[in-house]
Amino acid sequence: MMTRMVMQRIGIGFATLWVVSVIIFVATSILPGDVAEIVLGQSATPETLAALRAELGLDQPWYVRYFSWLGDMAVGDLGISKAGGATISSLIGGRLGNTLMMAGWVSVISIPISIALGLWAAMHPGTWLDRIVTFGTLSLISVPEFFIATIAVLVLAVELHWLPSTAYMTGEESFWELMKALAMPLITLVIVVSAQMIRMTRAGILNVMSSPYIEMAILKGVPRGRIIMRHAFYNAIGPIINVIALNLAYLVSGVVIVETIFAYPGLAKLMIDGVQTRDLPLVQACAMIFCGTYVVLILLADIGSILSNPRLRNPK
Amino acid sequence: MTQQVTSKKEEEVIAELDSFAELPDSPPKRKFRLTWVGYVSSAVVAFWLIICVIGPSIAPFHEMDMEGDDSFLPAYSGEYGSFYLGTDYLSRDTLSRILYGARNTIGISLAATLIAYLIGITLGILAAVKGGWIDMGISRVNDAILALPTIMLGLIVIAALGSSIPILIGTAAVIYATSVFRIARALGQDIMVQDFVEAAQTRGEGIWWIIRAEVLPNAAMPLATDFGLRLVFVVLFISSLSFLGLGVQPPASDWGSMVRGNLGGLTYGSYAAIWPALAIASFTIAVNLIVDDISAKSGGSLAKKMV
Repeated sequence: MMTRMVMQRIGIGFATLWVVSVIIFVATSILPGDVAEIVLGQSATPETLAALRAELGLDQPWYVRYFSWLGDMAVGDLGISKAGGATISSLIGGRLGNTLMMAGWVSVISIPISIALGLWAAMHPGTWLDRIVTFGTLSLISVPEFFIATIAVLVLAVELHWLPSTAYMTGEESFWELMKALAMPLITLVIVVSAQMIRMTRAGILNVMSSPYIEMAILKGVPRGRIIMRHAFYNAIGPIINVIALNLAYLVSGVVIVETIFAYPGLAKLMIDGVQTRDLPLVQACAMIFCGTYVVLILLADIGSILSNPRLRNPK
Repeated sequence: MTQQVTSKKEEEVIAELDSFAELPDSPPKRKFRLTWVGYVSSAVVAFWLIICVIGPSIAPFHEMDMEGDDSFLPAYSGEYGSFYLGTDYLSRDTLSRILYGARNTIGISLAATLIAYLIGITLGILAAVKGGWIDMGISRVNDAILALPTIMLGLIVIAALGSSIPILIGTAAVIYATSVFRIARALGQDIMVQDFVEAAQTRGEGIWWIIRAEVLPNAAMPLATDFGLRLVFVVLFISSLSFLGLGVQPPASDWGSMVRGNLGGLTYGSYAAIWPALAIASFTIAVNLIVDDISAKSGGSLAKKMV
């Protein structure tokens, strides 16, 4: 039963990925104005347009283009960027590494902090410390990422002169210099992502706390700390795994803003530049990577919550 | 796929902070008296809504006036007039641009949220009431759109179509209609299996009568709370796009693009980027606090009160 459910989820995941590819392709290709027009711009004559379209394969019907695009993408050929004519794979290569490095550090820092604070707040509901955590995280999730980034620049770079306000990297700096360059975007993203995770962890625990068996434990006099650590926590693991994966997925949008504001050479910055210059092949490739990651993370969350639920793990 | 559901649940589960005074066995009273936090937040939201309407007429300068000849001036009164919040990177009055920008930032978001609600509720209730193929079709498309990060969808559409205010409103409306659809459909399905709906069907009432008289009134309150949350998401979405330079285009003033444009001034000690950022934060936090206040008041269980 469990294997079947997991396989089913993986199947749905692939189906979603396929639909995502259709959405991205349709949104960027069937709309008026094609790459040939954008490339040639003012100098377009009907003949040059037709020639370039034939060269790029744009004269083919859309379904032929879709499948050749999908096929190329599947074997790692992401196409050629409009600007400069470099292959998109070469543009993305290093950028993707930078973004993954950032995401990795954010996860390593924010997951333990969030679970600890969320648990702690759930253990003391209604106290003024819990109120501060609740109010603080609510405020943080209500404001745009760039608000937090702006305040971080104001305090840490302008007022205190502790950190540089841009994450400029040459690729040859020492570990310490690298950390210093990464610090500001890291701090911003950790705040953004942790606020969400703390709230959801706290809510997940409190949700479990309202079930009848906890009520029973309260009535028979089990101490509060023991109820949370022994009774509630294990049943909240499923929701918490879900929360973690969802928030790493939430990183996707945080990364877009943070890489832009700190000029961090990551994939999101590349994509924004692509949107600004309307470099559609580049945007398609980046969007596919981001959306694919997002779908996979949510799939992992789904599978995680199936695995952590004994009723689903052990078939009747 | 499940993000919207989780964040909804989270809002519902927020502990009742003030419920300790109540006896555990007293039935929860339905009351919508806000706490003082709720009243202050309502005042902030009302303030910004009024500014949306009268902002341009009380602003000391026009949003595009380049007064004086220095950018990033601190607050001062000089030969050109009084700049209470200083000037921005093109030496325009920051206060005036915030007053003008309210209309763009909040206006666009409100319009998008309203359209999202119109689409979402219509399709959601339709899917819940009709069921079958209509439900299946709409739900699958909906799930696919929900499976993508909103900012990515926004970027893809803007890469293809360019950015203008109608496109911004349309994009945000369609993206956020998906989550409204989910909620409206779930609420509709819950209500459709209630006894009173069955009674109405047995009585021979038509489908439109049932929707108007039974389904919509019962779904109204949860949807109204959700409207606040959705509005916050849309404000964040629109101002994030503007911040990236892909939303409201200059020289029109908008809080998100104002932060971006004036970011460089931070290094010179100018707060021109901070004020619009604070304006967004005050609005979104206030809306969220009102929603929080209302949902914390409704219902709760013995265990949550005791632990």
